[in-house]
This record gives sequence, structure tokens and C-alpha cells, in this order.
Amino acid sequence: MKPRLKVLWLQGVTCNGNTHSFLNYPHLSYVLETFEFLYHSLLPSTYTLEEISTCVHECDILIFEGAYDPRMERVGTSLETLVSYYGSHAKYVIAAGSCASFGGMFKHSDPEHITGLGFDEKEPKGPLASSPKLINLSGCPIHPEWMGYTLRMIADNKPIAVDELRRPKELYSYLAHHGCTRNEYFEWKVDSDHFGTKEGCLFYKQGCRGPMTHASCNKILWNDVSSKTRVGTPCFGCTEPDFPRINMFETKTNMSIPQDVPVGISKRSYLTMAGIAKSFHIPRLEKRLIDDDA
Amino acid sequence: MKNIPEKPATTKKEDRKTSIMQTALKLFSTEGFYTTTMPSIAKTLGMSVGNFYNYFASKDQLAKELMLYISTVLGDKLREINMTDVSVKEKVTMIVHMYFSIARERPELIEYFLRVFLSNREIFTKECTGMVCVSGFVTELMLFFDEGVQSGELKDQDFFSALGLFMGYLGGMVFLNGEEVLTKPLNEYETAIAENIYNALRKQ
Repeated sequence: MKPRLKVLWLQGVTCNGNTHSFLNYPHLSYVLETFEFLYHSLLPSTYTLEEISTCVHECDILIFEGAYDPRMERVGTSLETLVSYYGSHAKYVIAAGSCASFGGMFKHSDPEHITGLGFDEKEPKGPLASSPKLINLSGCPIHPEWMGYTLRMIADNKPIAVDELRRPKELYSYLAHHGCTRNEYFEWKVDSDHFGTKEGCLFYKQGCRGPMTHASCNKILWNDVSSKTRVGTPCFGCTEPDFPRINMFETKTNMSIPQDVPVGISKRSYLTMAGIAKSFHIPRLEKRLIDDDA
Repeated sequence: MKNIPEKPATTKKEDRKTSIMQTALKLFSTEGFYTTTMPSIAKTLGMSVGNFYNYFASKDQLAKELMLYISTVLGDKLREINMTDVSVKEKVTMIVHMYFSIARERPELIEYFLRVFLSNREIFTKECTGMVCVSGFVTELMLFFDEGVQSGELKDQDFFSALGLFMGYLGGMVFLNGEEVLTKPLNEYETAIAENIYNALRKQ
């Protein structure tokens, strides 16, 4: 029998969101059969955190959850020492979540010292800056399937192509906009005045970052059934290095003109197209999708 | 000596089309939309009415294309200003100068907008609704306002409040000039008008 790959799941400055998200992975039994967890804060593990903190064991995959603060200690050993030791021995290092990838939410508490493992927002920085073994799975939290995909690829010894921010292309080449059920409202510029409704596009008033966010949330659905935009909540752009931004339920505009436009499209092109599309009134799109009173 | 290649037929037709539009613009803006007929435009151009219809299938189509043409001409000028690396205040001055220069040199462009497009909405409701025929120009104004707010020079407000203030003012002055009620040539108002517009739009 092939020896199981050894996984060490370490935590930095974290809310445990990625751990909890990963526990919803439908194929968790496959993970536990295929990998040996040297340590995980919730899953059955070979060693205690105290034993891990001695830095005498070796892992094949280091999964790091949370922002990186070199001064933070785990059972008396600094994260600087732990990441340096396990990071140099592991074949792969997976940054689980936006905090581990780019600094994320927790970076804001101490921007000078806290970063991701290999990036400070989008600038290379941190103990694994420019490391070819780093794989960033950004997201707040990560989709369990994204971690599942990455672990399966590693277990099957298949190459994982990554983008310039070291995120797997297979997962992050898409935009959250792709597959959004509101795309017809986006095309015809029909706005949603409230979040939580079935109708309307959330881009113009509700702060939706779907057209600017690399994520497959509307392709690989959450819990196999839904996504933020499908239930009427704007995409907050949680997979991007600038997450979290402020006023996430508002679209930043300048004289009613959106400050940011879909990625890779010039503002001139976007405004030309949007202005013309908005000129037409499509009664079907202005009505309730399901009108119980009709 | 090399023979100069003849223009392709399609380019020739486009050139002819542009010259027809220029004549039509002059007639519409001076004689009025309803007084000017397809045969009267053809006659001015020395064309047969039948041939004229090869270029424009109907008067409504001609009216729409004229508005698209004007919007493109003004939009291209505004785009050049937008791309210039100067302050928003200077751009306001440049836009006022550009608009009044066109009003002086090619008055039919502005007159058509004011006296045909805005005054005969029934002609344009079907195919020229909203931004469809004016997007070339309005898009550039949007970019100008967006840049103005981002740079911190202009205050953030509703787009149409700003658009009305800017273009309503300029259009109004050109209209008054056309009515010959202004006491000075239009260009002599440029500095004061640019200052007024900038002061009204700037961040306090």
C-alpha cells in the first residue's frame, strides 16, 4: 500500500473559518484515507501541537491557515521558526484562505508586521515570497472543494498551474460573475435596490465585486446549491489581495459612475456599452421574477 | 512613376455619404426638420431622389445617423481633451473652448442637436432612445466627471445634475448666440463661463 502523504495544518492569526469550511468537504473520508494528518486542530492527528512545536518531524504538505505574524507563538515556538522549518521540508505549502495568502482581515490589525505567507496584499513578501512550492487558495473562507481539488491533484502527482498570485488557474481563472444567475440583469443594467431579492443586478448599488473577482463561486457552488450572488448578497471580492475593502455593501461611484469596472475592460468601453444598454426598458426584467400577487 | 491606386468603391461611397450628411445637417438646422425633405436635400446636392435613397433609406434613418455623426465628432474632440495631462480646471476651459469653436466653425452640428434632436423627440424615440445616439459624447463626459471626482477636484454628485449644469449652460449660450441676442461674440464669454462652470462643480 502506498504510504499516505503527511499533512501538517498549522494556524497563524485566524478565525478558524477555513477549517470549518473544509469540514463541509463531502469527500472528507477520502482525505482522511489518503493523507495522514500530523496535526490539525480538529481532525484526528498523529501528534499534538506540543510535539509539532519541537520541529523534529517532517511533512509532505504544509497547510497554513491565517495571517502570518512571525512573532506569534504556538506552544512556545514562534511562527517564524515553525514556518521556516516545516516550509523548507514540505514539498508543497498551501496557504488556506485570504489571510494566509495576502494578509487579509487580520493584516489590518498590524499592517507593518502581518502578511500572508508569500504576499503582502499583491506584493511578494513573507517567508515564502517567490517560493515555487507555494499554492495560494484565497477566499474568506475557501470553498472546501478548492482545498479538495488541490489535495487530490497533489495526491495524484499532477501539476497545478498557478496564476501570478500563485492561485490554481483551474479555480481562479474564472470570475465570480461567471455563472451568476443575475447576468441578464447585468447585461441590461437593471439594478437591484435591495439585497436579498431574486431580481436585479447587485453591481450598481449593492457593492458586488463579481465582475472584478477571480473565483469560481458561481461555477463550483457552495454546498452544491448556491452562492452569495444567487441568494442576493453581493460578492465581496474575498479572493482578491485587496480584501477586505471598506463599505462592502456599497458600490463606490463618482458622479453616479462606478469607480471600478469589470476586469480587463476599459472604462470607456464599459460606459459606452452600459449607457446604451441602460437606454432600453425591458418590462420583463423590471417585474418580480415570481409574482405571487399576479 | 507609380500609379496612385484608385479609392475602393466602398470608401468612395462613404465619402459621398459624409458629404450628403454635411449638406443635410446644414439644411435641417437652418430650414427645420419638417420643412426639409429628402427631395430638397437631393436637389441641393444635384442628385436624383432615387440615388439619394441608396444612401439613406428614410428621413428618420438620416436623422438618426446625423445625431450619431455629431456625437462622434464631439466625442472625439472631448476624448482628446480627456487624454491631455492637465488639471480638471484646465480641461473645463478646453471643453468650453472646443464647444464654442465648433459652434462658430461648424454651427450646423450644435444647431442640429439643439433645434432638431432636442426639439423633435418624436423622431428619435424609437431608435435613438436614451444614450443610443449620443453615447460617444456622453461617455466622454462621464469619464471627465469620474476623473474629476477621483482627482479630488470636483465634488461627488448625481451625474445628471452635473451634466445639465455643464452642457445646459453651453447649449444655452450657443442658442442665445444663434438668436443673436448676445452683446459680444461667443468666444469672449469663454473665460467667464469656464470659471462659472468650474466653480459650480468643484469640491468646496
